[in-house]
Amino acid sequence: MEDTVRERIQGIIDGNDVVLFMKGNKNFPQCGFSATVVEVLRRSGSEFQDINVLEDPAVRQGIKEFTNWPTIPQLYVRGKFVGGCDIIREMFEKGELEAVLSPAEG
Amino acid sequence: MMDAEILEARIREGVSDVSHMAVRDLTGTKDHWEALIVSSAFAGKSRIEQHQMVYAALGELMAGPIHALALQTYTPETWSEAKG
Repeated sequence: MEDTVRERIQGIIDGNDVVLFMKGNKNFPQCGFSATVVEVLRRSGSEFQDINVLEDPAVRQGIKEFTNWPTIPQLYVRGKFVGGCDIIREMFEKGELEAVLSPAEG
Repeated sequence: MMDAEILEARIREGVSDVSHMAVRDLTGTKDHWEALIVSSAFAGKSRIEQHQMVYAALGELMAGPIHALALQTYTPETWSEAKG
């Protein structure tokens, strides 16, 4: 991956507390897995930035290497990779997601 | 496209001590899969690390033949809890 792409991805992650790399956007997801994560984040009441990788081939490929994760969607919260669709859904169902999404106390 | 046998074999090659596995073709098109994997090798790993182990086992298959893979990973202990 080119350094410029890596820096751009790092910039997106650093610039947004909750950011979802997804196919389509939050209003029009273009993949069922992305749609699932958008729905879970909505139900969790979390504000989030959506990044449509379909509009940016370099980021679409780059984020897979960046995270060492071969699929999209990918959720980052305060700089940390939280998971893909299966993990996000499982965390939501187990009631673990809210704690991860809510701003740290103090 | 790929066959379930290949998918299962690749996972067993890359993830040690798999005690139970179930793979399912979600769409009948052999490119959208679901896999449930129970292995003692997942013990002490985060969910992210467990899924990364499976993705690493599948390697280049994730970049083409497999369009989607829904994953559930368990250790023998968490699997017996999940089964109730």
